[in-house]
Amino acid sequence: MKKLTFHPDDSVHAFITTIPEVTYGDGPLSGVTVAVKDNISTKGIETTCASKILKGYIPPYDAHVVTLLKNAGAAIVGKTNMDEFGMGTTTENSAYGPTLNPLDHQRVPGGSSGGSAAAVAAGFVDCAIGSDTGGSIRCPAAFCGIVGLKPTYGRVSRFGLIAYANSLEQIGPMARDVKTLSNLYSVIAGHDSRDATSVDKPYSHTPVSDIKGLKIGVPDEFFGEGVNPNVAEVVRQAIDTLESMGATAVPCTIPSMKYALSAYYVTCTSEASSNLARFDGVRYGPAVGTLKSWHDAYSDQRKAGFGKEVRRRIILGTFSLAAGYYGRYYQKAQTARQMVRDDFERIFRDVDVIAGPTMPDIAFKLGEKSDPLQMYLSDILTVPANLAGVPALSVPCGKVNNMPVGLQLIGRYFEDERIIDTAYAYEQGGA
Amino acid sequence: MVTAEDVRKIAKLADVGIDDSEINEFTNQCSGILEYFAVLDTLDQNQPLIRERYNILRDDEVLPSLSQEEALQNAGQTEKGYFKAPRVM
Repeated sequence: MKKLTFHPDDSVHAFITTIPEVTYGDGPLSGVTVAVKDNISTKGIETTCASKILKGYIPPYDAHVVTLLKNAGAAIVGKTNMDEFGMGTTTENSAYGPTLNPLDHQRVPGGSSGGSAAAVAAGFVDCAIGSDTGGSIRCPAAFCGIVGLKPTYGRVSRFGLIAYANSLEQIGPMARDVKTLSNLYSVIAGHDSRDATSVDKPYSHTPVSDIKGLKIGVPDEFFGEGVNPNVAEVVRQAIDTLESMGATAVPCTIPSMKYALSAYYVTCTSEASSNLARFDGVRYGPAVGTLKSWHDAYSDQRKAGFGKEVRRRIILGTFSLAAGYYGRYYQKAQTARQMVRDDFERIFRDVDVIAGPTMPDIAFKLGEKSDPLQMYLSDILTVPANLAGVPALSVPCGKVNNMPVGLQLIGRYFEDERIIDTAYAYEQGGA
Repeated sequence: MVTAEDVRKIAKLADVGIDDSEINEFTNQCSGILEYFAVLDTLDQNQPLIRERYNILRDDEVLPSLSQEEALQNAGQTEKGYFKAPRVM
């Protein structure tokens, strides 16, 4: 085994835990430094989900992706900051304080994988692992000017990912360039019998920059109300660049976008209300008081251990699933989810990839989005891919007010390779 | 959309606790969010729920798992090899 030391000057608070001395072996990622989001289990290394309720929790096992990284020789150097349990778009909802955007310390890095994105953008690590439930890899990638991929649902094992909304989330790679992202992805993709939704579709692609004949769909809804016109303009120029390389862009529409955000938030809060029921201080986390009656003990424990956004989402999810409301919220959200899937299926009959902005705006100022609904609205362009389960990535495509803008590329099921090639072509020819 | 009483009741159901000082904030925020969700109400209620994802389960055979010590290592309180939980009665 080889050794390296890791002592970053973490002025942006990208890490919750760093590992000063790391051993690593041989393999395709030998000696490559990787930061892992703190909701992914690492044997013997504290894993908190940026929540007080898991403070001190030391997983007795590795997540499947962590095992794969170690087997590939990667050096896992730290656990990164995030919005508590992945619930947020800025990394401000961390019990351990916000991460700052390395490009402007007055701004957020995006979220919820903000620590992973900041660690990559600041140059602390070669690449990072994040998770994306409704944009949590792509948003911080866009805000920090790096590349981030949400794989097709099922392509990366979620075993050992501390669940927030199982039907939506995927673990994915983040890096400063497409080739590094592709290398990291080839290590973490593949079948795992311990994740019942895992699909046997390994990834062993080498990016190619030839996109001649590629058909790109450009949805009207991605350039409409709520999208900063300067961001829209930069993204349109990026699509022009792809056209100059031999691709053809055609307009398309995703009418179900009208319902997508509501469908997403009803679904993820419902799943969260069930998933987070396990955090009661009995099996892990700070100890629950055993002398009080159990409802009192658990209520006190969870009120003290969860941040406000987590409690708000548990309340919303419990409400959506409650008798008398289920048909009106959860069931209709699933209908809307099917409409989103149908829209993608229809569009992908005519085009190979869909392109648009990753986020409607550049990185927010710290504290700028204090109202929860306003924060939720900023996820409108990223949630459709999670609802449908299709792959999507963000690649840097220019700047507005000196802050990076992300070009989002969405692909057909299991055609992650094609959006990676498109991003690679843009990176090679457009930058 | 929701009253303070609704929020109190749901917080109790979900065991997340709620203070009197928080109740107005949570009620207003949840009401605003549920009002936004109302767009879903314009969809046809009678559509069947489509399940597009299925669990792929392995055969039920005994495989190596966590030891009792490993399973208990993060517990706040244990007694005789068991987790210790608040009283139910």
